[in-house]
Amino acid sequence: MNPEIIAFVILGLVAVASALGMLFSKNAVYAAIYLILNFATVAMFYLVLGGAFIAVTQVAVYAGAIMVLFLFVIMLLGADKLGQSETLAWQKPLALLLGLVLAVETLYVLVFQAQQIVPAQALSEGFGSPASIGLELFQRYLLPFEITSVLLLVAMVGAIVLTRQEKKK
Amino acid sequence: MIPTTYYVALSAILFTIGALGVLIRRNAILIFMSVELMLNAANLAFVAFARYYQVLSGQIFVFFVMTVAAAEVAVGLALIVAIFRTKHNIDVDQLSSLKG
Repeated sequence: MNPEIIAFVILGLVAVASALGMLFSKNAVYAAIYLILNFATVAMFYLVLGGAFIAVTQVAVYAGAIMVLFLFVIMLLGADKLGQSETLAWQKPLALLLGLVLAVETLYVLVFQAQQIVPAQALSEGFGSPASIGLELFQRYLLPFEITSVLLLVAMVGAIVLTRQEKKK
Repeated sequence: MIPTTYYVALSAILFTIGALGVLIRRNAILIFMSVELMLNAANLAFVAFARYYQVLSGQIFVFFVMTVAAAEVAVGLALIVAIFRTKHNIDVDQLSSLKG
């Protein structure tokens, strides 16, 4: 048993367990914390896959900014105290059944039909480092980068406009 | 070396769990978190293939997906806060004013 496979299985189990914890948790704050754990595990997968910059970006942006924003809004709205309402009785079992069908079908295709592709060579030095990502981003992907900056501006303006309270005259 | 298909299988499992979250949960914030989980699962598949082909484009795309996800979360949560201010409820079953 090679240590890489053991590490992969353990990390994979933690990722799936935290995702299931987020899915089934009754308290919204616990669900957010399970999701933070899931993001941290996925960041470790990125490290193993040679994406050092992306791993740190994942922790800083997803776990650090997006989930903190979620927790702020959950606390602001008191969502952890809102209970589950009554749903149609057949919705939950049908959703679980369809989810299971999707998972089984995808895993069947991956295990039996697709070839098991193994990355053969070791990674080159500096693959996924900030310098190499920076070079790619500013040379080949400059236009999407600039458009993304406009997108962020639009999102900021949108968030401010949506939460602005109309002044009562 | 771990086969890339194992990573894609893990990504598929996480994606299915995220999709189940969108279908089963009734709280708008939890639905939103499940959407983030789905985006993350796709990111994992991208990085796994970037590793296999030894091309950085997969990681660049993950960078852009993260940026778009952050922008989407900002606007989506602003919407949820605005809805909560008027209706004092974020249960998606109760948000049926547009129903014909």
